[in-house]
Amino acid sequence: MTTVEQTIGAPLTRVDGPQKVTGEALYSYEFPTPDITYVWPVQSTIARGRVTEVDASAALALPGVLTVLDSGNAPRLNTDAEVSADLFVLQSPEVAYHGQIVAAVVATSLESAREAAAAVRLSYAPEPHDVVLRADDEAAYVPERVTDGGPGFEERGDVERALAAAPVRTDATYTTPVEHPSPMEPHATIASWQEGRLTLHDSNQGPRFAAQLMAGLFGLDLDAVEVVTEHVGGGFGSKGIPRSPAVLAVLAAQVVRRPVKIALTRQQMFALVPHRAPTIQRIRLGAERDGRLTAIDHESVQPRSRMLEFADQTVSSTRMMYAAPDVRTTVKVAPLDIMTPAWFRAPGHTPGMFALESAIDELAVELGMDPIELRIRNEPELDPGTGKPFSSRSLVECLREGAERFGWERRDPAPGVRREGRWLVGTGMAASHHPDYTLPSTATVRAEPDATFVVRIGAVDIGTGARTALTQVAADALGVSPTRLRLEIGRASLGVAPFAGGSMGTSSWGWAVHKACRALVEEMRGYAGVVPDGGLEVVADTTEDLQERADLSRHTFGAQFAQVRVDADTGEIRVDRMLGVFAAGRILSPATARSQFLGAMTMGLSMALLEVGEVDPAFGDFANHDFAGYHIAANADVPKLEVHWLDEHDDRSNPVGGKGIGELGIVGSAAAIANAFHHATGVRVRDLPIRIERSREALRAMRDLAGERGSGVR
Amino acid sequence: MREFAYVRAADAAEAAALVAERPDAVYLGGGTNLVDLMKLGVAGPGLVVDVSRLDHDRIEHRADGSALIGAAVRNGELAGDLGVRERFPLLSQSLLAGASGQLRTVATVAGNLLQRTRCGYFQDVTKPCNKREPGSGCPAIEGAHRDLAILGTSEHCVASHPSDMAVALVALDAVVRLRSADGATRTVPVEELYVLPGDTPQRETVLEHGDLITAVELPAPPPGAEMVYRKVRDRRSYAFALVSVGAAVSVDEAGRLADVRIALGGVAPRPWRARTAEELLRGRRPDVATLREAARAELAAARPLPDNAFKVDLTIDLIVAAIRDLVARKDRA
Repeated sequence: MTTVEQTIGAPLTRVDGPQKVTGEALYSYEFPTPDITYVWPVQSTIARGRVTEVDASAALALPGVLTVLDSGNAPRLNTDAEVSADLFVLQSPEVAYHGQIVAAVVATSLESAREAAAAVRLSYAPEPHDVVLRADDEAAYVPERVTDGGPGFEERGDVERALAAAPVRTDATYTTPVEHPSPMEPHATIASWQEGRLTLHDSNQGPRFAAQLMAGLFGLDLDAVEVVTEHVGGGFGSKGIPRSPAVLAVLAAQVVRRPVKIALTRQQMFALVPHRAPTIQRIRLGAERDGRLTAIDHESVQPRSRMLEFADQTVSSTRMMYAAPDVRTTVKVAPLDIMTPAWFRAPGHTPGMFALESAIDELAVELGMDPIELRIRNEPELDPGTGKPFSSRSLVECLREGAERFGWERRDPAPGVRREGRWLVGTGMAASHHPDYTLPSTATVRAEPDATFVVRIGAVDIGTGARTALTQVAADALGVSPTRLRLEIGRASLGVAPFAGGSMGTSSWGWAVHKACRALVEEMRGYAGVVPDGGLEVVADTTEDLQERADLSRHTFGAQFAQVRVDADTGEIRVDRMLGVFAAGRILSPATARSQFLGAMTMGLSMALLEVGEVDPAFGDFANHDFAGYHIAANADVPKLEVHWLDEHDDRSNPVGGKGIGELGIVGSAAAIANAFHHATGVRVRDLPIRIERSREALRAMRDLAGERGSGVR
Repeated sequence: MREFAYVRAADAAEAAALVAERPDAVYLGGGTNLVDLMKLGVAGPGLVVDVSRLDHDRIEHRADGSALIGAAVRNGELAGDLGVRERFPLLSQSLLAGASGQLRTVATVAGNLLQRTRCGYFQDVTKPCNKREPGSGCPAIEGAHRDLAILGTSEHCVASHPSDMAVALVALDAVVRLRSADGATRTVPVEELYVLPGDTPQRETVLEHGDLITAVELPAPPPGAEMVYRKVRDRRSYAFALVSVGAAVSVDEAGRLADVRIALGGVAPRPWRARTAEELLRGRRPDVATLREAARAELAAARPLPDNAFKVDLTIDLIVAAIRDLVARKDRA
């Protein structure tokens, strides 16, 4: 498919790479701003109740302090705005979660602000709080909608009857913990007011969304708000919309009438940036002896805050993965005294597919069937949830290709029998899935008389390589070398464009860029290829194209494989190898796509073995709130990782043919590792992360089993 | 801004005089823990006396097999020292198992010994902690204590000592050289440098204000000793030990343990010398059953909490595995 003239599909080096590695690239906090001041939040030390008194006298007496804000003196926000109450910063003395911003100091130096914040004395009227998720929480209810717009509850067929009639059944509960999106660059904002206009240099995943939200909160016209987001050091969903610290910066700038900046410390990130909601998921499967699924029942219980309903789409993959006639899927949310959970990489699908793909593996063991064969046997023709055809679905091809590359055929399915010295060794696999979302976008392209081009789009590169991919799309559509075009992104004023989330950036933005560029090429034909003196400009909008698109089920798929070893003495777990094969349409930018998959699979490994926000029931916060306590995989944990993709042509997706890949790589990787752990030990761990205490429990169970069979493991 | 004075001392005498003058003065080594604690508000010294550049920065290997390590030697340098790697591989391994390359480059030997617990409550000034504020209570006992101690704790404190290096030093019978504020010198075995929390968890060492660690003496290891440091942690690098074992053994011609030293990390408020187990093993053949019996006896005193109870059996298994593998290595050699 690749010709030498084509840029798409060629491994173009990351276009902003040199800027980043030389330190030239400016991140939001780094924009030189004259007359800058600093705001430091004071965070609640109770999880529920109200602030009864704010004694700022000691803080105000410190040098450099400009003001101390609290709910009594902060400017009023438009609390009718359609945003989460999490963002109504300092609008009321009520405390809804531990760590909430209850006051703030603005000072002329960062150090003064920080010291003064520690000197603010707060009195509280605390109320009893509850931060612990329980499967039987009486207040848990089924929300009308989950985050992808689907219903909280859906049943097709009669699941109970199908389960009762099924010759083979599994029934198990899986749990996933709080996980913290922890981008390398913390949330950071510089807020400046000039004659009623607001400018933000802000680290987020969608400058246009950010501007709309701020305009609503501060009662401004959208064109009075500019949000500049040049470079972002990771977001993972947590920067999908501005969070409370950004709102605080805008409030503070309003009060002191000077620009204000804020960057969260790592410790603050754990309290002020939303986390992935923990889940308690029960899955019941029914199947014929030949492996055909007859029933799936998947229920997930998750927490929400008292401020806003948020229900991750945890059961959504289950609605369309496999061809079962009777399927029931339910999400329940339990209100707790926590900050509102929010998006974290492949929201819902990541914990949901850990559970589903573990359950499928359990069924394979129960049936004595190869887990790949079991999945292939349940491959649907049409989307089982909607009855629509798929725009493309290459799961089976991914499974087969992965099996061949991984060497799956040589695998002995018997669990708990491979020993290499002190190590127990096992392999496992799981399917990956993520929806292929595309939203309307605009893009502008301009031809200059000197035969260079400028492409403008309200997109943002959060480290994914969007700048590189869009440069390739534009260069190809224009038929010019990437060196002849300049891409401008990262500003709200560049036009309507969706945010960098849900893996929708490449398809949504790419389409608009492609359309604008093709239209420009057409227009240039009228000028015999010579650009007139004033230049030529074309604006494209894909809203109507999207409406005219065929009504299909649009998704991306993959297959992941893992080999793990477990120390029979201690229970330590090592991942030797991971391999992923993915199908996500046309891969536009191989170099950055590969990085995306590697990163996502590493995050999946981290989720499987390490990451857990330790809820502290007594205080209502997270007991571990730094990187010494919240473990993310380090280089030493990451094994040999292999990434492959199929050359999938999905011409019914968008004219560029590319689908998003950011989220796909994390979905399924934790299940592949957990399934490999089972293969190594013969014992199933259903609760993440699989840390050493759980591994040791499994080893104990393994020895007990071996004892019953009269054969010693040791 | 919170101000403090910083002085780079010219020599030990000046450093000690400066610190002795002010109760709120502290010594600064590499600063990899102290500076964090200052940022967190846990430590608020008025005067910081930098002793990281004193001339206590050499490693001296003596003909008798012993060594003298300057207090200001950086952890990375010590780990990489060829003499240490050859004669005291346990020490080198323990250092390389700790922190990150960046931290090891700046952290000093004395600073490593005197680092504070990473108990989350100790490090969070919004919460009670008997170590930080005597009498305020210990939330870890009912709260997050998975990483904390199971041996030598009290009802007032269950903090664990975080150092890997100190575990190796205790196994190697190392001794610290101290210089008092008045210039007098004395030595204290590393094992006795630390005191258990009892009802005064705020007191962690036998050091008096102004005492300066100038060096660590390492006696020659027993002839023919095989040694190893094994650390179990959640993450493969840049993580504190859940449990670690530093062990050195020598086996006589009859296959009996002539010399055995075992120190444990991650399980106690100080590096824990497993003397009960050592007593039981000395002169015995190190078969797995004997090793297990000795390890169990050592852990009989454990007082685990619900979320760190796994450490008891893990420690037993790790002691058994470490010595079993050491002896096997010896046999192969």
